[in-house]
Amino acid sequence: MKTQIIADMLTALCRVTGMSGDESNAAVTALEFLKLYCPDARISHGNVIGSLGSTDPDAPHVLLDAHIDQIGMIVTSITEDGFVTAGNVGGIDRRLLPAQRVHLHGRQVLDGVICAMPPHLTSGDEKVPKFEEIRIDTGYDAEALRQLLAPGDSVTFAGQIAKLLGDRFTAPALDDRCGVAAILCALHSIKDEVLPCKVTVMFSAEEEVGERGARIGCYAVNPDIALAVDVSFARNLGDSETKTGKMGEGPMIGYSPSLSRTVSKTLSHIADENGIPWQYEVMAGTTGTNADQFSVCREGVKACTVSIPLRYMHTPAEIISLADVCMTGELLAAYLRRCTAC
Amino acid sequence: MLTYLKELCGICGISGDETAVSDYLKEKISTMPDILEIRTDALGSLLVHKKGRTTPAHTLMIGAHMDEVGLIVTGIRPDGTLSLAAVGGVDADVVLGRCVMVGEQHLPGVIGSTPIHLLSGSARDEKPKMDALYADIGAKDADEAKQYAAPGDSIYFLGEYTELGGGRVASKAIDDRFGCAVMLKLLEGEIPYDTWFCFFVQEEIGLRGSRAATFAVNPDFALILEATTAADLDGVSGDAAVCRLGGGPVVSFMDRSTIYDKQLYRMAFEEAGQLGIPCQTKSRIAGGNDAGAVHISREGVRTLAISVPCRCLHSPSCVAQISDMEQILLLTERMMERMIEL
Repeated sequence: MKTQIIADMLTALCRVTGMSGDESNAAVTALEFLKLYCPDARISHGNVIGSLGSTDPDAPHVLLDAHIDQIGMIVTSITEDGFVTAGNVGGIDRRLLPAQRVHLHGRQVLDGVICAMPPHLTSGDEKVPKFEEIRIDTGYDAEALRQLLAPGDSVTFAGQIAKLLGDRFTAPALDDRCGVAAILCALHSIKDEVLPCKVTVMFSAEEEVGERGARIGCYAVNPDIALAVDVSFARNLGDSETKTGKMGEGPMIGYSPSLSRTVSKTLSHIADENGIPWQYEVMAGTTGTNADQFSVCREGVKACTVSIPLRYMHTPAEIISLADVCMTGELLAAYLRRCTAC
Repeated sequence: MLTYLKELCGICGISGDETAVSDYLKEKISTMPDILEIRTDALGSLLVHKKGRTTPAHTLMIGAHMDEVGLIVTGIRPDGTLSLAAVGGVDADVVLGRCVMVGEQHLPGVIGSTPIHLLSGSARDEKPKMDALYADIGAKDADEAKQYAAPGDSIYFLGEYTELGGGRVASKAIDDRFGCAVMLKLLEGEIPYDTWFCFFVQEEIGLRGSRAATFAVNPDFALILEATTAADLDGVSGDAAVCRLGGGPVVSFMDRSTIYDKQLYRMAFEEAGQLGIPCQTKSRIAGGNDAGAVHISREGVRTLAISVPCRCLHSPSCVAQISDMEQILLLTERMMERMIEL
């Protein structure tokens, strides 16, 4: 798939919000894309699920997963002075909250600014605010605000969607909409082909709060093999080479005691055979991805991770390489074409 | 005035790089009536002399600064990211993980941030330091970055002008495009007597443009229009709030750069009272503005500053109240009439 088409797809996927537990906007957008390849695609218990491929009951059943949710905050109260307090949903970096623009998803979408003390009034050695200290300014007073917003409403970060130099791309929620895009690339690549395996695609809910959508989704799908397509850390100057991958140099294939070494090696082998660049992502235990749920689902599933290198994870300005998304899609497609046995 | 403010806030012009703001102002002023003289001084400040109904014995100068705070590229790092420094008082936490624009072409970029997952527990509570920050324009290496960016390039905040609830706006650069917008509004109409309107450069790095421009204009009286820091955040009571949104124009008796003219200070409150508009002073001795350079120009200038209270000053998300801005326009017009009687 051409990088411009991937950029357009990511723009559509990242423009809509889907905080954990409130994924429906993002899920509906992803569902529309998935229906192009899986006519049976539907939303079930928050997960977007569709299937394709072999109908032979003896064919291996592969689950391709990417999570549809994104981190954010949730309204906890409206103060007497008309400010909004909020709690974190997923791993929020509190260091970058001051003066951040947010959208509050109440009866209508409200714009807000996270309050910050200006440098003129601080002594410079303040600590990063705790979540209990975070306040959002919407402009409204308490009475007006209570008509528009209530505890439990979602708060998402405003960010810019833009093409950077070369094939680099920035947007909020690229974690993990770029995984969704990579799977859609794979489906595009294998469209109309006869596959040796049964494939279920899942865009799962609530990964950021503990892989909950993956847990119930994998139970429902009951696959033999499950691939979690997510993001991992792209290297910045000074970063550890063993904890990060290089942006633009292809998908990172997971190797870990919790993953199926057979699947890891098969993925690597197929990448080599097809001339698809790939990188090792070695993890010493669990992976922090949906694969952790897949591997122990029901009687156990052969799980692996395929990760797209991403910079500035969990900020509203994440960066990826579109070529990495394309190569990840190609790897997944090549794997499905060859997946004749578990 | 709000149309001017919105357009002015959308222009990028950090200290030392105010040409785009100046060009906009020149174009607008070129169609305005009774302009006796318009010139740009050696530093870039725009000096406009407008004819009034009378020619007074004393000279009044009204001033506001064109520059906004931002960042400047200091070098290209081996991985193609850009090292940077703050221009003016910018806290690292209001730019970390944010989208920015780099250089004359306004290339989209990101201020990089180590993912929270890779930070130790204590590092998550440490405020980021400006000298650890860098910008990422998507260059794959230093050679590519050098084609698009160079040391000395400006880095601008991306802080879209957004209407919040309750008659408030959020934007970058309200400090001090607000003052410029008030001056444009005054230049549109008839004024009581000949007056200089000066749009200063380089306020944010130490009141430099106003120092040269005031020497040139040689006024007897000066009125500085500014944005000042409001800390009226949730639960902040009494003097710690410094000044409050919706509390009307802010007229200080003293800040870190100026002890204001007592007679003008009292007059401002009297006139506000007669106009039936609120007026407030700053309850902390904090901040400073061009008045600091203006009031000690040559043999001294009788100086007053009228400021709009602004939350999250020096961030991409300054928040100000429209009613305060409109009241400042009224008070400024009234003060112009009264000051010349002194």
